[in-house]
Amino acid sequence: MGGNNLAYMSEGAEGLRSIPALLQRNATRFAGRPAYREKEFGIWQSWSWSEAETEIEAFALGLLNLGVERGDHVAVIGRNRPTLYWSMVAAQMCGAVPVPLYQDAAAEEMEYALQHCGARFVIAADQEQVDKVIDIQDDLHQFEHMIYVDPRGMRKYDHRRLHEYSHIQNQGRAAYDEFIGELTARRESLGYDDTCVMLYTSGTTGKPKGVVLSNRNIIETAKNSAEFDKLGPGEEVLAYLPMAWVGDFIFSIGQAYWTGFCVNCPESAETMMTDLREIAPSYYFAPPRVFETQLTQIMIRMEDAGGMKRKMFHHFMAHAREVGPKILDGKPVGMLDRLKYALGSGLVYGPLKNALGFSNVRVGYTAGEAIGPEIFDFYRALGINLKQLYGQTEASVFITQQPDNEVRPDTVGVPSPGVEIRIAENGEVFYRSPGVFVEYYKNAESTADTKDPEGWVATGDAGFFEEGTGHLRIIDRAKDVGKMADGALFAPKYVENKLKFFPNILEAVVFGAGKDRCTAFINIDLTAVGNWAERNNIAYASYQELAGHPQVLETIRGHVEEVNASVAEDEMLSGCQIHRFLVLHKELDADDGELTRTRKVRRKIIAEKFHDLVTALYDGSDSIYTETEVTYEDGRKGKIKATLAIMDAKTVPAAPRAMAAE
Amino acid sequence: MMDGTEQTHWTKDERQAAVKDSEGYVTADGRQIGGVLMELRNITLRFGGVVAIKDISFDIREGEIRAIIGPNGAGKSSMLNIISGFYTPSEGELWYKGSKRPPMKPYEVARMGVARTFQNIALFEGMSVLDNVMTGRLTHMKAGIASQALWWGKARDEEIANREVVEKVIDFLEIQSIRKTPVGRLPYGLKKRVELARALAAEPSILLLDEPMAGMNVEEKEDMSRFILDVNDEFGTTICLIEHDMGVVMDLSDRVVVMDYGKKIGDGPPDEVRQNQDVIDAYLGVAH
Repeated sequence: MGGNNLAYMSEGAEGLRSIPALLQRNATRFAGRPAYREKEFGIWQSWSWSEAETEIEAFALGLLNLGVERGDHVAVIGRNRPTLYWSMVAAQMCGAVPVPLYQDAAAEEMEYALQHCGARFVIAADQEQVDKVIDIQDDLHQFEHMIYVDPRGMRKYDHRRLHEYSHIQNQGRAAYDEFIGELTARRESLGYDDTCVMLYTSGTTGKPKGVVLSNRNIIETAKNSAEFDKLGPGEEVLAYLPMAWVGDFIFSIGQAYWTGFCVNCPESAETMMTDLREIAPSYYFAPPRVFETQLTQIMIRMEDAGGMKRKMFHHFMAHAREVGPKILDGKPVGMLDRLKYALGSGLVYGPLKNALGFSNVRVGYTAGEAIGPEIFDFYRALGINLKQLYGQTEASVFITQQPDNEVRPDTVGVPSPGVEIRIAENGEVFYRSPGVFVEYYKNAESTADTKDPEGWVATGDAGFFEEGTGHLRIIDRAKDVGKMADGALFAPKYVENKLKFFPNILEAVVFGAGKDRCTAFINIDLTAVGNWAERNNIAYASYQELAGHPQVLETIRGHVEEVNASVAEDEMLSGCQIHRFLVLHKELDADDGELTRTRKVRRKIIAEKFHDLVTALYDGSDSIYTETEVTYEDGRKGKIKATLAIMDAKTVPAAPRAMAAE
Repeated sequence: MMDGTEQTHWTKDERQAAVKDSEGYVTADGRQIGGVLMELRNITLRFGGVVAIKDISFDIREGEIRAIIGPNGAGKSSMLNIISGFYTPSEGELWYKGSKRPPMKPYEVARMGVARTFQNIALFEGMSVLDNVMTGRLTHMKAGIASQALWWGKARDEEIANREVVEKVIDFLEIQSIRKTPVGRLPYGLKKRVELARALAAEPSILLLDEPMAGMNVEEKEDMSRFILDVNDEFGTTICLIEHDMGVVMDLSDRVVVMDYGKKIGDGPPDEVRQNQDVIDAYLGVAH
């Protein structure tokens, strides 16, 4: 499927300057091949490229009929469905800008985006989304019409400004003669620098920003990344990630239209795993959390399986972990090992991959946050080509990605084709590429802060290129990276992530900026540690008691020392080894302001709140008495008193720090 | 349609009300309720010496949600069993779609467009959700054994057509993700929904629900209420339900029959019934 189809792809690039132009090409070149599938009523319904073009054109004509003008913003809200993808392309055909929004956003959150982009039209999936927009429509001054896809429950609504998707299509078909000239003219006038899509970033700091991406951004990025992974028209993808996320736009529209592969939409969010198995995608993306959950489920189910099966599973998985990744990377592996791996494929790996829906995965990606090495290696051991990439909305996703056969859990790969990367003095990663966004909509100030006149964009992440391999390693958010007293690099999140890969550790906060050595607060994971206590007949009455149990402290010390050993291997970061730590008597909580609502550690607040504990970590005391104010769920406040033991952890002598001198 | 069959047992008020409403009415939320679909006249049910239902008359109109409420042992389920043909009334008549219904077997009643769910879930635990819901289509299958066994010709066409109906119901009740799951593995709330799906698959004219919310938590009750309203709204199905949860009943139903000790003590729109002194007494207890 892949390589032999690439020859023609570069040839057409000149004339193909918009998604609707790509659609037109696909409708002739891949006329009968499937473009979209959706499971409905228990059956995979499919649309070929030429059918998709007909559907999209009918809807675009209907939009013209409704009065969509060039440059209008058309919001699209709902789960992944062909109709909603068509809506976006139809809007583009009319010269309008599609703005997909997160379907699980509350009405007030949607209000900001809808107001900010001044959407005249909203295309909503169902009653739920329609209701949200109706709730806020009085404050949306530019909003005029809403179109819904699923008519269920909509009969009694006031239909003056509300239209059913299929009716708009019918009106479009009826008005074909009237509008086709206009539509063709608009489609043909779409240029490479016209806006392709606008995506709102989630906005962890401040208000969301509307990232404007041009046709050039999307098409060049799609082309480069498709060539990088040799994606061809035969690929199958499952579109299940939020449509408002840039990744979904690149995978399900950019790359799909560029290469002509088929986008499959699940029946519902709950059936996703079943649908995944039925489709067996060849190109797959999932955030680390999804892989983690799947692995946990496998492990739990294996524990429940019969003894014979369990033994077989563990035996062959041990072998797979040893040789699987090597075979995948094409490295030399002994004949006997290969035979055993083949046997394992028949008995364990194959059926397991099939159950997971990964039988046909040729290219799999994960990104977004750090993935535990064990989790990553598990999937690679099974022979699934899981890789990592590093990206941003502002880059049209791709900044770096891992080439086949150069995959490791601790790097994010080499610069994607067409991307230049520069590491600033303070370690921050900057990039420049054809995918770099045009601007933040109506926010020149933020645009200037993020993108300099030469087109370099600040990622906000700190990282470095590994010598020898040329792989980029992201260590932390740039603003969190500091220096220790001796000038060594201090990257707390890098160490915290390593700690958090242990199931017993829920959260960790590492201190050390400006100090001579690093120390840490640790939160135990009540589920994992509680489970362990139960199995070992250890009685405890409270979280606090369990957290302070000597055996728990010893276990955690073991974890910290393992992390130290692994940190020490890294020349640049070996100074971040943890010398002393304590296990906190309470769980860090968003209600107490210690975490953000998305469960990110708020270092400053924690350091201030627990300053007595931090002092104790550095002054050599063995234990510390503390009182902490907590907020209960009903808003009442209380105090927790505790005496915490402070533990020492063995560190490994730092390797000679050659690179630090740079 | 009821002409010439006037019952002397009717009170004057009841007769007048029936005449006045024979063309139906419009509910507060704008739904058009049609004429009388089923009418029970002076129904009495005895088990030996025990009188379970005593001289009860009421009607069910096309498109409405009709509730039967009452304390434990009031005879609600017996009433539902009479409608669905499990019991034959000792006295009284049942009129359905304009004609008097002779004593019938339950399957015959089902064939006439009456489907029901049970207070104690009655599904095939070992079968998948899909197969369970398919059984709701039994009354619509006519192909012979040979054709069914070979899955050829009429049987195949029939199954495809029936499967389509079933899939639409599955979609409607949002149980796609458990389509292939054996019913025995499902939690209680979902089983109730599967039972509703099976009843709906029969495309009934009247849907009888025997305590659809029993044993559910608040969230499950909300879901079920939503589905009942949606079924009524989207398919125009007439629904007759028995329920204990007064809050749910008052919110859901268009008209309510209140029973106590086998007698009808109230009948009318929820607001009216709520004011009825007999009903208040029956529910709150009264010093006799």
